[in-house]
Amino acid sequence: MKTVYVDNNATTKVAPEVLEAMLPYFSELYGNPSSMHFFGGQVQKKMDEARAKVADFLGADPSEIVFTSCGTESDNAAILGTLDSYPEKRHFITTRVEHPAVGNVCSYLGRKGYRVTELSVDREGRLDLDELREAITEDTALVSIMYANNETGVIFPIEEIGEIVKEKGIPFHTDAVQAAGKIPLNMKKSTVDMLSISGHKLHAPKGIGVLYIRKGTRFSPFMIGGHQERGRRGGTENVPYIIGLGKACELAKMHLDEENTRVKALRDYLEEKILEKIPNTLVNGDRVNRLPNTLSVSFEYVEGESILLLLSDLGICASSGSACTSGSLEPSHVLRAMGVPFTAAHGSIRFSLSIYNTKEEMDYIIEHLPPIIQKLRDISPFWKDYLRSQGRG
Amino acid sequence: MWDYTEKVKDHFLNPRNVGEIENPDGVGEVGSLACGDALRLTFKLDENKRIKDVKFKTFGCASAIASSSALTEIIKGMTLEEAEKVTNKDIADYLGGLPEEKMHCSVMGREALEAAIAHYRGQKPVKEDFEIVCKCFGVTDREIIKAVRENDLKTVDQVTYYTKAGGGCGQCHPKIEAIIEKVRKEMEKEAPPRKLEKKRLTNLQRIKLIEETLGREIIPALKADGGDLDLIDVEGNKVLVALRGKCSFCPSSGFTLKQYVETKLREFVSDDIEVEEVRP
Repeated sequence: MKTVYVDNNATTKVAPEVLEAMLPYFSELYGNPSSMHFFGGQVQKKMDEARAKVADFLGADPSEIVFTSCGTESDNAAILGTLDSYPEKRHFITTRVEHPAVGNVCSYLGRKGYRVTELSVDREGRLDLDELREAITEDTALVSIMYANNETGVIFPIEEIGEIVKEKGIPFHTDAVQAAGKIPLNMKKSTVDMLSISGHKLHAPKGIGVLYIRKGTRFSPFMIGGHQERGRRGGTENVPYIIGLGKACELAKMHLDEENTRVKALRDYLEEKILEKIPNTLVNGDRVNRLPNTLSVSFEYVEGESILLLLSDLGICASSGSACTSGSLEPSHVLRAMGVPFTAAHGSIRFSLSIYNTKEEMDYIIEHLPPIIQKLRDISPFWKDYLRSQGRG
Repeated sequence: MWDYTEKVKDHFLNPRNVGEIENPDGVGEVGSLACGDALRLTFKLDENKRIKDVKFKTFGCASAIASSSALTEIIKGMTLEEAEKVTNKDIADYLGGLPEEKMHCSVMGREALEAAIAHYRGQKPVKEDFEIVCKCFGVTDREIIKAVRENDLKTVDQVTYYTKAGGGCGQCHPKIEAIIEKVRKEMEKEAPPRKLEKKRLTNLQRIKLIEETLGREIIPALKADGGDLDLIDVEGNKVLVALRGKCSFCPSSGFTLKQYVETKLREFVSDDIEVEEVRP
């Protein structure tokens, strides 16, 4: 069976070039970059090069790059490390649609006695910046707002937000895990103080992340240990993965155009054909300010897990915001925050593409998806009721 | 990915008895679009009052569709009295089991069946007479009580897995906990006292069994606290033991003997055993 992988917001394939760059660091080049001898020193040099590539990709200075173990660690370190630096301030602002790496930290902070403001979004998944303006107080220690949403691909106006936040002199963190590699990021011209990225979302392996920390930002290390990462993250560096991430960032910079032209065109083609061929289908989220690779669609009167498993049976790998796929009983917090009606929220499917996808693959999905939805609608008690209500039963 | 059995996959990919019966004898509808799953069950009886035909329509995940399909296969040909006795566990067993988080799918099947039979008999939907405990998913105390009893549930999480109650905002968790406690107390009272069938033993067998039980069940526990015990003699139902180590001067040794050693020996050897301590 062929595999059509369109779940790249979940994770991506390691680029062959990335794997190749990493391999020597598992075998002959195993030195510890902190060692005094030549054997560790040569690794240190390569690690510096990788750091420079990551910095170049983000428009940052290499000294502003801190390697972590994943996006979640970056988010945790940014939030907890900042709050620790401002112990007198007890208010934190974020949004209702964050990834759990931020969202669940908020719940934790709430239990610890922090006041947490979660900004709401509209039906298209957009923020109301006046709500942000009103939420900021003297007591606000940090604002953390994601760059782009993992489920819908909706991009927030991060620079506009940053201006509002910085005007008040408050530190600003953004989870850019989904944005990196899909839209241009340039920290030199940004208002962002801290930014998280994750390797495995941009064709590096799982287990490596980055926290960008702008020079002059107050920060207490989250992982306490040795002097690594300039004392901002203890622990011997994950050298092979750092080398891999360096390569992946180099490639991502190179492929950014392709993401926004060819990949975007594939996504638009898929979207257009799905809407054309399947009635009662709607796109979730702002279609203008959206990642070029992401498509979240809802099929009314059917349930997402069923769709996913029937797709999976044909080798098509996507994901869903439905309740049943997560083991929770309620549909995704993102779709609920957007007020997507229940008729549609349970039947949401996310297709997320990468540069490795082809037109043939889109055609394969377009060929097989309509009969799957039809089959499930034929089983669903609500579909016939709906048709009847439309005078078509 | 859920670990579904081959049977669940089969009933999901090839569901049996999909559809709606025209002019059915009984219709049962449970769930809603908001809840994320719903089932409409229709059946028709033959002249002998057996279920001649049964069909379902389900909105929901793979296990909801498979559970509905399984239910129709199970009850086809049954009388309503027989069908009434089908539990959610029967549905799950028929499918070779369901992930625990998905057990509510089998409960939905049982509830639809119950509703369809009530409809046939002209009874009102039972839901009205009871208190809604979980407002997010509209689950009544009656449904929770039934799930706890039939599936021997012990925790709020389990109740959520089986009925969905408590899976939303979580405000009803204390209520669910109270229901579990109440029902479990009732269940304990109702359960007939456990009577272990014990064979009549010869004297030699009895002594051997006492020795074995002491060695396996009792002495290791005493040793863990720095104590020990020797078997001195067995006279009929009287077991004479001497405490050693820390036990020999422990003020609670009377309690240790009576409560602990005797209970164990009665459990494993014979109900009439009495333990006596022999001072060295």
